[in-house]
Amino acid sequence: MALEDKVRDIIVEQLGVNADQVKPEASFIEDLGADSLDTVELVMAFEEEFGQEIPDQDAEKLTTVGAVIEYLKSKNIGD
Amino acid sequence: MDKRRVVITGMGVVSPLGSDLETIWKRLTSGYSGARMITRFDASNMPTHFACEVIEFDVDAYIAKKEQRRMDPFCHYAVSAAKMAMKDSGLDMTQEDLFRCGCTVSSGIGGLQTLETQHSILRDKGPDRCSPFIIPQMIINMCAGLIAIDHKLKGPNFGVVSACATGAHSIGEAQRLIERGDVDVMLAGGTEATICPLGIGGFSAMRALSTRNDDPTKASRPFDKDRDGFVMGEGSAVVVLEDLEHARKRGARIWCEVAGFGMTCDANHITAPAENGEGAARAMAMAMKDAGLTPADIDYVNAHGTSTELNDKFETAAIKTAMGPDRASKIMVSSSKSMTGHLLGAAAAMETVICALSMAKGVVTPTINYTTPDPLCDLDYVPNTPREFKIRACLNNSLGFGGHNASLCLKRMD
Repeated sequence: MALEDKVRDIIVEQLGVNADQVKPEASFIEDLGADSLDTVELVMAFEEEFGQEIPDQDAEKLTTVGAVIEYLKSKNIGD
Repeated sequence: MDKRRVVITGMGVVSPLGSDLETIWKRLTSGYSGARMITRFDASNMPTHFACEVIEFDVDAYIAKKEQRRMDPFCHYAVSAAKMAMKDSGLDMTQEDLFRCGCTVSSGIGGLQTLETQHSILRDKGPDRCSPFIIPQMIINMCAGLIAIDHKLKGPNFGVVSACATGAHSIGEAQRLIERGDVDVMLAGGTEATICPLGIGGFSAMRALSTRNDDPTKASRPFDKDRDGFVMGEGSAVVVLEDLEHARKRGARIWCEVAGFGMTCDANHITAPAENGEGAARAMAMAMKDAGLTPADIDYVNAHGTSTELNDKFETAAIKTAMGPDRASKIMVSSSKSMTGHLLGAAAAMETVICALSMAKGVVTPTINYTTPDPLCDLDYVPNTPREFKIRACLNNSLGFGGHNASLCLKRMD
């Protein structure tokens, strides 16, 4: 499964949104209804799925779906 | 100002007898036992393999999946029961002063399942893998907080904790807030979800649970000579309490009146009740006095009746002290725990609902599994079959570990 699909599935599961809402420009808090506790758990889910530690100072920049995908690609995680 | 009168105008239940009041009532009057082999986890290495698990409850019908994930099961039950109770009451919150509507729904133990799961994660994977929701999921007050969020209850809101008497204190304190005139509507009651390894293991280690593994439906046998401990239950019962005038003004259907409340402490032992139930007797006497009633006005006692050696005999003694031996021999006493199991923090609220149904239907529910009398328990326990009777007023006893005695006096409204 492509990286983008895995990321999308995790977001759908964690935030209870529809897959078609998970666009690259979607902001977790503003568009997808996440609160600060949701974003912590979301980052943990990405860490778990991709085996990649995401320190807090990186995590706080991951405010959109696209930002997460770019970050993971930059860590050489992908297809 | 004069004390205001407080009535129950809505009820919601999630329980081992179901989640629909009519279905629950049918089961209560047909000798049904909620006890089954535990399905929730593998209990084969526990001394006790059975419990009364919640049935016929679809959490998806009450709570969105995303919200469900942020709650321990004790909150699933409470939030759902509260929604049912509000629907039953017919209250329109857009017509209410939200600061005059509060909630004291509470639990004895709270998020034990969350504690258990997250502790294993902490131990096995480290703190970085612990859920950010551990604390909100575990703390007991959160069920009242969540219910307030759902229904915009901006009035008094806190958890009332007293083990197996939790539901009674929740209802009693809510009643007092309304009586004083500070609020018009309170959601009150209890919830518990501890059918998990720590819960069953913990109560087993105390030798408090029945170990009748070959015959679970016969295990909960309050007041019977062969009782050997209680059967753990789970679930939630929530009632909507309302000022009587406020209820009448909006044409609400009234289930019954919460006429009195008494509370004492045994100050004796962490788990064993005081000899001869002195504290429990006093709580019952206080409840009757608070209601302006005497033993002659009480037709029925819904006993705490856990099916343990000590509770059942000391509670019997307490009833005789509170009612006087003559009246005690004439009234009916039954234990719903024979059918529902012990819902712990939700028990008193569940039993309040049962008392309300009993008064509305004019039928006293039985103590099932009563086959061999115990000479130390010699009252009329309404053995095995329900009995038609137009109850005028009743007492609902709850006696918690730690010596917490609470008695609610409920009165029929005609």
